[in-house]
Amino acid sequence: MTTFLGLPGRPGRPGSRQSPSEPPHAPRGVGHLRAADPFPVAARRALADAQLRRNLSKATTTIRAKRAAVVSELPDWEELRAAGEAIKAATMADLDRYLGQLEVAVTARGGTVHWARDAIEAGNIVTALVQAAGATEVVKVKSLATDEIGLNDALAAAGIAAYETDLAELIVQLGHDRPSHILVPAIHRNRSEIRDIFLREMGDVSPDLTDDPAALAEAARQHLRRKFLSATVGISGANFGVAETGTLCVVESEGNGRMCVTLPQTLITVMGIEKVIPSWADLGVFLQLLPRSSTGERMNPYTSMWTGVTPGDGPQSVHLVLLDNGRTAALADPVGRAALHCIRCSACLNVCPVYERTGGHAYGSVYPGPIGAVLSPQLTGIEDNASLPYASSLCGACYDVCPVKINIPELLVHLRARHVEEARRTHRLPSAEAITMAAASYLLADPGRLAAAQSASRSGRLLGRRGKITALPPPLAAWTRARDAPVPPPQTFRQWWHSQHGDDRGGPAPGDRSDRSDRSDQ
Amino acid sequence: MSARDEVLARIRAAARTGAGKAGTASSPAAPSPGPRYRTRSELAGPQLLELLASRLTDYRALVHFASAATLADEIGAALQRRQARRIVVPPALRLPLPSFVTAISDTRPFLSPAGLAAVDGVVTRAAVAIAETGTIVLDGSPGQGRRAISLVPDYHLCVVDAGQVVHLVPEAVARLSAGRPLTWISGPSATSDIELERVEGVHGPRTLEVVLVSG
Repeated sequence: MTTFLGLPGRPGRPGSRQSPSEPPHAPRGVGHLRAADPFPVAARRALADAQLRRNLSKATTTIRAKRAAVVSELPDWEELRAAGEAIKAATMADLDRYLGQLEVAVTARGGTVHWARDAIEAGNIVTALVQAAGATEVVKVKSLATDEIGLNDALAAAGIAAYETDLAELIVQLGHDRPSHILVPAIHRNRSEIRDIFLREMGDVSPDLTDDPAALAEAARQHLRRKFLSATVGISGANFGVAETGTLCVVESEGNGRMCVTLPQTLITVMGIEKVIPSWADLGVFLQLLPRSSTGERMNPYTSMWTGVTPGDGPQSVHLVLLDNGRTAALADPVGRAALHCIRCSACLNVCPVYERTGGHAYGSVYPGPIGAVLSPQLTGIEDNASLPYASSLCGACYDVCPVKINIPELLVHLRARHVEEARRTHRLPSAEAITMAAASYLLADPGRLAAAQSASRSGRLLGRRGKITALPPPLAAWTRARDAPVPPPQTFRQWWHSQHGDDRGGPAPGDRSDRSDRSDQ
Repeated sequence: MSARDEVLARIRAAARTGAGKAGTASSPAAPSPGPRYRTRSELAGPQLLELLASRLTDYRALVHFASAATLADEIGAALQRRQARRIVVPPALRLPLPSFVTAISDTRPFLSPAGLAAVDGVVTRAAVAIAETGTIVLDGSPGQGRRAISLVPDYHLCVVDAGQVVHLVPEAVARLSAGRPLTWISGPSATSDIELERVEGVHGPRTLEVVLVSG
């Protein structure tokens, strides 16, 4: 692993904040990319929920083992990862060309392509298409892109009811909740909580419903069956869109995706512009990487692919909405753009020690976990998600499992640097961090100053209880907002040394390099 | 400016400021050395069928072997076990069906989704099967039919010929045509949405039975 964890370098691009020539970010006030609270506040709340932590620990432990088992079956896993990375990088380098190809191919097969600059425009396009189809209800297959843009809210405002049909999305929708995981949005709920939600919200379910997962799945099947059989408009996302052929691809498990893309007469697919892949053969790579990384299966139960309209089979009115919503802003960052390679498998969530403890809600975006921490701030502009790049221990587990080798730790450090640089440019007063660093630099430059400061630090013992300080005074208060500080020991190292060796400041013992502290040329 | 032109203009502007570390946008495409991952089968014949069968079984599909001579018996036995009497079949199925079933051919005017939900099952052929992943691919050709007929009924009996079985995913992709509507099926409908525990049977057919025909 060659994770770059060095000091923040120069910012990736010149100019302060967003200059007019740079692509705009996802607009505020619409969709689900921004948190109500910064990560440390939301995380503290999540950590206090013992049930949540038990649910997450059980689920992530299970999925990690499943993934590891099916990945180890493939002798060419690393070659597939390298191929996935190369395909994605090449796609981003020529994104305009591939999108143009995709548009031509879809149109040639009888589909209609729409372009949306942002969430608001995408919501308007989809709403108009549903209204043109004369529908007041739509069935939806789980789609992060439509959740990102708050499509259900936009449809509801126009009097259109959107029914989520993925089991986990149904649990979230019926529970008036938010998704907390890319793959299993209801991962924060255990079986008995799900039973309670079904009993309360479904209306048509037997009061004898047990919390057996098979019984819960059966209840969902019955609940949605009539909706599927009568729906006239389906809405989906897309895992892949093949530029060469115009083929769209949805990967799923339950069959709700097949229902949504097959039975209605009108199909509307909302796809982020980064989901295009150049060639048909590329599917041979991604259809190996994605299922093994996400559900830990050799292959997911169902994958649907369609190319425009097929006469006599499936929807006869087929639409593709290509969505920007901040993606081009990420593309403009030569380092950050790698976050656009993500194929939404969620492997990085499942291995992340931070995610495993806080869950997805703490990230405040439809994209939680390590990938969300590097993607959400780029889509919204860092100032709107400034705490996310710090929501990581930089352990690197996410990079190791990423099927397209996104170097998430490097991106996290890069975005921290951009955040610091932007804050420096836009704030007249230096930050607490800048003051602290300047103070540290002053103290460490002179052994006398350091000794005096160390000695003074013992006064910190007055603040501590049972070995911990839970709240330091300003300007150090920011440190203890997210962590406890240890109480300083009764003696400093220097004092201990003196007590053991008297006042002998003579030559150091062989191998002792403490004389370096006497250098004054730093 | 239209949304299309504006998004494309943004991408071009981003490419100028954000051209990757290697500046790939402006450099001519490097000659492709060809894939380094596996693209050709390492298995053949009976081994391939055995692998497909074991991977299908792993994901709770029911699997039977047949020869041309025993195919009719295997299909009859499967439908009998299932007690399927009314089944929907695609045009040009060309499979021997037992006399106790009523086969409804899916021709115009097509059965409605509700009509499909009322039959006991569906019998189809396949386009390709992938041994390594236990996957069967339908492409809507004659003998496979519209996507809806293998989706709405609760029981799917699929007959796969040995010559349709490949070892690897890239081999299947190479055999398939993008122009056709494709359905990749790996076991019956399932979900892992409740505590990541796999449960078979949500919205698609809850029982998938496969007959592998060789010789």
